[in-house]
Amino acid sequence: MSDTIVELSRLQFAITALYHFLFVPLTIGLSILLVIMETVYVMTGRAIWKDMVKFWGVLFGINFAMGVATGITMEFQFGTNWAYFSHYIGDVFGAALAIEGMMAFFLEATFVGLFFFGWDRLSKVGHLIVTCLVALGSNFSALWILIANGWMQNPVGAAFNPETMRMEVTDFYAIIFNDVAQAKFVHTISAGYVTGSIFVLAVSAFYFLQGRHREFAKRSMTVAASFGLASALSVVVLGDESGYAATEHQKMKLAAIEAEWETHPPPAGFNLIAWPDVERRENSFEVKIPWLLGLIATRSINTEVLGIKDLVEKTKGHVKRGLRAYKALQILRQDKTNKAALAIMEIDGKFLGYALLLKKRMKEIKNVTPKDIELAAWDTVPNVLVLFWSFRIMVGLGMFFILLFGVGFVLSARRSFEKNRWYLWIALLSLPFPWIASELGWIVAEYGRQPWVIEGILPTFLGVSNVSVGQLTFSITGFVIFYSALAVVDLYLIIKYIRRGPDAYLGHNTDDQIAARPLHVMP
Amino acid sequence: MVPPLDYETLKLIWWALMGFLLIGFAVMDGFDFGVGALIPFAGKTDDERRVMINSIGPVWEGNQVWFVLAGGALFAAWPTLYATAFSALYVGMFLVLAALIIRPVSLVYRSKNPSPLWRSFWDWGLFISGVLPPFLFGVVMGNVLQGVPFEFDLDMRATYGGGFLSLLNPFGLLAGVISVAMIVQQGAAWLCIKTDGDVQARSIRFGSISGFIGAASFALAGLMVWFGLINEYAIQSGVDPSGPAYPLSKTVVLQSGAWMVNFWNAPWMWLAPIVGVGGMALAAIMLRASNGRLALVINSAAITGVIATQGFAMFPFLLPSSSHLASSLTVWDASSSHLTLFIMLVAAIIFMPLIIAYTSWVYYIIRGKVNLEALLGSKESY
Repeated sequence: MSDTIVELSRLQFAITALYHFLFVPLTIGLSILLVIMETVYVMTGRAIWKDMVKFWGVLFGINFAMGVATGITMEFQFGTNWAYFSHYIGDVFGAALAIEGMMAFFLEATFVGLFFFGWDRLSKVGHLIVTCLVALGSNFSALWILIANGWMQNPVGAAFNPETMRMEVTDFYAIIFNDVAQAKFVHTISAGYVTGSIFVLAVSAFYFLQGRHREFAKRSMTVAASFGLASALSVVVLGDESGYAATEHQKMKLAAIEAEWETHPPPAGFNLIAWPDVERRENSFEVKIPWLLGLIATRSINTEVLGIKDLVEKTKGHVKRGLRAYKALQILRQDKTNKAALAIMEIDGKFLGYALLLKKRMKEIKNVTPKDIELAAWDTVPNVLVLFWSFRIMVGLGMFFILLFGVGFVLSARRSFEKNRWYLWIALLSLPFPWIASELGWIVAEYGRQPWVIEGILPTFLGVSNVSVGQLTFSITGFVIFYSALAVVDLYLIIKYIRRGPDAYLGHNTDDQIAARPLHVMP
Repeated sequence: MVPPLDYETLKLIWWALMGFLLIGFAVMDGFDFGVGALIPFAGKTDDERRVMINSIGPVWEGNQVWFVLAGGALFAAWPTLYATAFSALYVGMFLVLAALIIRPVSLVYRSKNPSPLWRSFWDWGLFISGVLPPFLFGVVMGNVLQGVPFEFDLDMRATYGGGFLSLLNPFGLLAGVISVAMIVQQGAAWLCIKTDGDVQARSIRFGSISGFIGAASFALAGLMVWFGLINEYAIQSGVDPSGPAYPLSKTVVLQSGAWMVNFWNAPWMWLAPIVGVGGMALAAIMLRASNGRLALVINSAAITGVIATQGFAMFPFLLPSSSHLASSLTVWDASSSHLTLFIMLVAAIIFMPLIIAYTSWVYYIIRGKVNLEALLGSKESY
């Protein structure tokens, strides 16, 4: 497998996945906000809430179309560009994707049409149920995708089958209730809720700053600030760091995120700021907060957090055991029932993936020297510098969101958005932040998983399809041109509809009619 | 856990279920594609085109999931086939994906700006994304029938021969024409139900012509297979239907007439090609009689017949390899594990009836012809 093909395949996946995730969190978040607004409408019968659902619904629709369109690429790209990965783990991963389709995407997509076209054909409650089903579908969708992704981080409930040369399901419950998957699910949908809330908050702040649609903006901001506050607390408190203690490589990821080269006596200090020097394997500069890392990572004061160098030492042992499994596998190919080989597979089979790491530097695994093992073990260290800073910016933004929503919540209780223009400006300028945080979160999760595509099982460089460099160049160029053009059109339409404002939907009310009503009797 | 159904039975059930999903995709997403393909022919004014687009407005998103689910189920049930077919057909798949990305945005974005240039741009998007995917799927199916060049090494890593242009052989192109023709007729039948006046009349005209072309092309393709004009494959030995999914232990030979064997052994299978040819022609006649509902039902049966014909002809083959016969993938050696097939079956038994139930309810809610007045007055319409 040429390095160029591996690098181009990874580049294409990164581009298409990160691009897809520009639309996903807003869909997840807005779907729930639409449910909240429509519930208020059904309970109170006040038409302005219906208008809010319709206006935010149009923006939801523009975004949803892009999410669907770019999601199709994701569903098929495993087959086109990651053929060996698909063969090797399709038994597990494919099942999660297929159930996602049946349980979630069908629900979401079937009812989203009725959401737009069903206003005159359904009762109030009927339409609310449709909106709920769209939101339910979006959230279930995230659940199954993150079960699939969680399994890539922590591959439980499956075992290698030498007869078929792939991983096969042994325990489906373990796959569904995988700790890492569940932590990721809660974290990701909360991040979606934060994204939706900041979107509504920022657009409403824009209206306030322009002095128009005040009744509309006030209600929208109130919903966004309260729902956003709860979500931002959830996204930080239920961050998926808890999952990092689960496995060996997750520990490696944690050590890289924290730039912990050495193991320190517990409870370890937390590097608030540092400049990791990847070449020299140390931090050229660091500011530590004592105890904090030990507390976050282990939830105790006396458990060690292993440093990168000690984790690499342990990994060398895994590579050696993997080599034993690899040799046994070669015997099993000639003689399926060889007892000695089967016994070795039983003990060391789960380390087979560590032997595959050696294929990066040798075509055939033979005459392996201690130097080769050392290099393979060091390959399991992700890029410390990128992880350290991506994680810190993401967490910093998370803290900022809590503050932003917290202040918004107080201002909405005091009915004083308009008097505090500074807040409106901050809310407006915060618009890009949740996207930055989400994308950095995926970089931490996926770039941090390197060199593995399935942790401990399959190195990324082995997962690609044998397509040609020409084909890859063609598809990457196509995606970049295509996606850039669509981004321009998407932004143009979203801005156009925001600028036009909700007036077109305010068939029933004007600001004047309800302006006299104090906020506490709202809605 | 040992599943209560044996492995061989599960493999067979999933062969039938994958057929069902593929047919579901062609029937449901088919009329959306068909409407897109008919836009330049049946819709002359902006209002007419909006009526056409809004006829599928509430349902196209749900219909498209049949495609996504077919992909997901392929991944889950036949991971080796999913991996091999899509990477071997790389450029073709990319073009399909590109078309399928243009379609949702064209539908949603088209009427959000009144400029004629803007609208005509997205109309082209709808036309291309209505014609290209069915055409390419047809071409791919036509090539699957003839075999595609790929080879596995002992690690099950595939290498490929051929390129995109080699797919465009006469039989592949003919299959592409069949596919487009039956899909266009499907779209025309839908428009016959949902519209009236000029749009309906033009849809009937173009749709029925397309139906007759489809019936004739399908019959021609059948004769080409019958007279042995394409490669046909047969398993010689080494297949254990209840064995592990590993393709390299069998031997396969090229054998003229192999694709007809199942029909001679089980004559009831002839029903599929008969319904395929006869259905397309009969649906065209129904369309001429302005009976859209019957045309839609009969054309859907015809689509079922066409897809089933290929399935029956090839069984147990899924994707023969033209360059390394033993690498050919069959129902018995390309599937996922016993347990996964069983779990997926349970999921399908739970969710597929639910999906069919709520989809039917949505169609019931949006029943009736598209009303232009209501359309122009609504903020939500396309």
